[in-house]
Amino acid sequence: MKLSNRSVSEHFAVLVAKARQKVQESKEPDKPRIYIGMATCGLAAGATETKDAFEEILAERGIEASVIPVGCIGHCYGEPLVVIENPGFPAICYHKVTPGKARALIKAFLEEGDPLFEYVLGAMEENDLIPTVMDFPRFNMERRIVMAECGAINPEDIDQYLASGGYEALVKALTSSPVEVIQEITDSGLRGRGGAGFPTGKKWQAAHSAEASHKTVICNADEGDPGAYMDRTILESNPHQLLEGLAICAYAVGAESAIIYVRAEYPLAVKMISSAIDRAKDVGLLGKDILGSQFSLDVSVFQGSGAFVCGEETALIQSLEGKRGMPQHRPPYPVQKGLWRQPTVINNVKTLSSVPAILRNGSAWYRKIGTKSSPGTAIFSVVGKVVHPGLVEIPMGTTLGELIFDICGGIPNKKKFKAVQIGGPSGGCLPESFMDTPVDFDSLTEAGAMMGSGGMVVMDEDSCLVNVARFFIDFTQNESCGKCTFCRIGTRHLLNILERITKGQGKEEDLDILQELSQEIKEGSLCGLGKTAPNPVLTSIKYFRDEYEAHVREKRCPAMMCRALTAFYIDLEKCARGCDACVGSCPVDAIFTTRGRKKAIDQQLCVKCGECVVACPTEYNAVKKVSPPELAPVIERPQEKAS
Amino acid sequence: MDDPASIAEEEAILEDIAEMLSRSEKQRENLIPILQEIQQRHSYLSPDAMEMVAQHLGISSSEVYGVATFYNQFRFHPPGKHQIKVCLGTACHVVGGDIILENFERKLGIKDGETTPDREFSIERVACVGCCALAPVAIVDDVVQACMAPSKVEGILLGFDIQRERDERERQESEAIQ
Repeated sequence: MKLSNRSVSEHFAVLVAKARQKVQESKEPDKPRIYIGMATCGLAAGATETKDAFEEILAERGIEASVIPVGCIGHCYGEPLVVIENPGFPAICYHKVTPGKARALIKAFLEEGDPLFEYVLGAMEENDLIPTVMDFPRFNMERRIVMAECGAINPEDIDQYLASGGYEALVKALTSSPVEVIQEITDSGLRGRGGAGFPTGKKWQAAHSAEASHKTVICNADEGDPGAYMDRTILESNPHQLLEGLAICAYAVGAESAIIYVRAEYPLAVKMISSAIDRAKDVGLLGKDILGSQFSLDVSVFQGSGAFVCGEETALIQSLEGKRGMPQHRPPYPVQKGLWRQPTVINNVKTLSSVPAILRNGSAWYRKIGTKSSPGTAIFSVVGKVVHPGLVEIPMGTTLGELIFDICGGIPNKKKFKAVQIGGPSGGCLPESFMDTPVDFDSLTEAGAMMGSGGMVVMDEDSCLVNVARFFIDFTQNESCGKCTFCRIGTRHLLNILERITKGQGKEEDLDILQELSQEIKEGSLCGLGKTAPNPVLTSIKYFRDEYEAHVREKRCPAMMCRALTAFYIDLEKCARGCDACVGSCPVDAIFTTRGRKKAIDQQLCVKCGECVVACPTEYNAVKKVSPPELAPVIERPQEKAS
Repeated sequence: MDDPASIAEEEAILEDIAEMLSRSEKQRENLIPILQEIQQRHSYLSPDAMEMVAQHLGISSSEVYGVATFYNQFRFHPPGKHQIKVCLGTACHVVGGDIILENFERKLGIKDGETTPDREFSIERVACVGCCALAPVAIVDDVVQACMAPSKVEGILLGFDIQRERDERERQESEAIQ
């Protein structure tokens, strides 16, 4: 073995030397470099236009600079994000860079040396000129392990990953025995990041000791959870890190084939991971006889066709076998009999992406991060009503309050925090009293929510918890595979009742029926989907019962979100004569002019979209929202004159 | 649908599928990738296409249909030239994604899952496209439109109208020259 160990390291050293040289060559010291975040959210915010603008203006003005597309650093509130490395200056990060700002930056910064402080988010490194991004809680409270290189390297360039220490962990694994690798992972205490938190080392050990001719490793990137998108970001921003983790896992359990199961709804992620596999094969880090170690791994990509239940591992396997994605009884567990009845390890994207860092730095290092029972970091996508939505990677054990108020900036527009929904459709809604709860697997489960895939939707006083519960049940009802009766029919009934309540037709006994039925669905379902589907209903009734009661008894939506229970009207005292702002904004022409030349809303036509509220100039602020709808004053539309 | 042009079109599609099938292995696990490829090339799965796949793999057509209908990705009617997908994930829901969907539906006069009679537009609702920080979002012809508002819906559709008028005018002008 010793001989081959040396040859693996030697092979790798040659690769890294080449990669370093290439990266060094591309970094001409006197040329500015412009990095643009081009993952899906960057593109949605207009990164393509920004990139085109940069390239066009650079060419126009004859400036030599390289424009480099990179992944996403997770600060979605500031997209499109651009980092400019101008020789003589520290690297500076700019946010919300429109084509106009791009032009201004080239002219002022690259040509005249003025970094345009008004557009700066912060410098990326310590310096005397500009405050660094590390001064923001958003940056300094984060601890990036999985997302360390996201947004810093070009995901399509394997050399950049290699030059920054990539695939070192794979070499370390290949030069030790599988048992040693598994021991290291077990020692690190890494728990599966897919939601349930099963110890990864234990899973690998079980697969390793299973006797079989063929084993498979599957990366579960079927991120079906609405509101969570960290897996997508990792695939788009640093696919090689995942491949490295996947290869280490395959080596440890003795698998020869690996499948990445990724949602077809993520076209860019599919493209990035496929091209990363090809590149890794080209240089011999995947495929046959990796680095001369006699270990071979064939990696393929399977596009999931959009069924939420396929995130469940037995359903995922069914779907890979070309069947309907219906969960199966466990045991046998997939590590014993999985794909084609052969041992199969299924790990989440975040789990596998954590592996390289653990092997590189050792399990003792990993143990120091996070809490005792949940070591490491957690990635949350904090979205909804927060000032700085985006992806946040924090050590486990950070409290909910720190995460929402310090890191993500709290609630915008001076509104009040109401609840946070954690763990997607299977999670629960937690009120303000849980702000001191640390985020780790066990504390969240205890609170009635769950880690899930890490989706976190923050709601302010304008969000109606009944409506949100209805939304989640609508989702799970749609996604129920139909195997278990309680899940299939029970969720349908839950939905019917919740729909009735949000329309103001709720009955006094509905709340008890909801709770009773929820309990039965939990008990009578086979897989995680059914077992957790009623969680949003149960937690919202538990913590926000008064809201349900207002809907049922007073036919009133306290948050004024349920559209059947609200109405808009225009306060004639405040409305200005001659202002037409709201009329143009109304999509259904429901706004008319009253006899006093002021405006009023025809309640029969109004669809309650709220555009007139936005359109009404703030100095008038005349459009009001009320619940129940009867509170809106009725103003007759004047008869149109015959023309 | 009975006019000769559309029959010819359909035949061409089936021919292409037959050619495609001849290249793929007859293994059950290829079912979903095959369906995906058909949909990618022809944007929907017709009953005839599914029948052909069933024969190719040696399974019953009801089995193919069962698998295809299980997954949200597959479509069984031809979509419009411009596909509009409105995201109704959690983050989009909290900030009014359903209002955006409703506005598209009202402006185009169709419901989600339907196609306008002139085959220009179709509307779909999708669960989450992972752009939650920019909610509400819609995907119009594969371009993600961030921070949607009812007025933006109008703007997008107006953009298509203007484009169509311009194309029409250019066509007439070029005809006039000839």
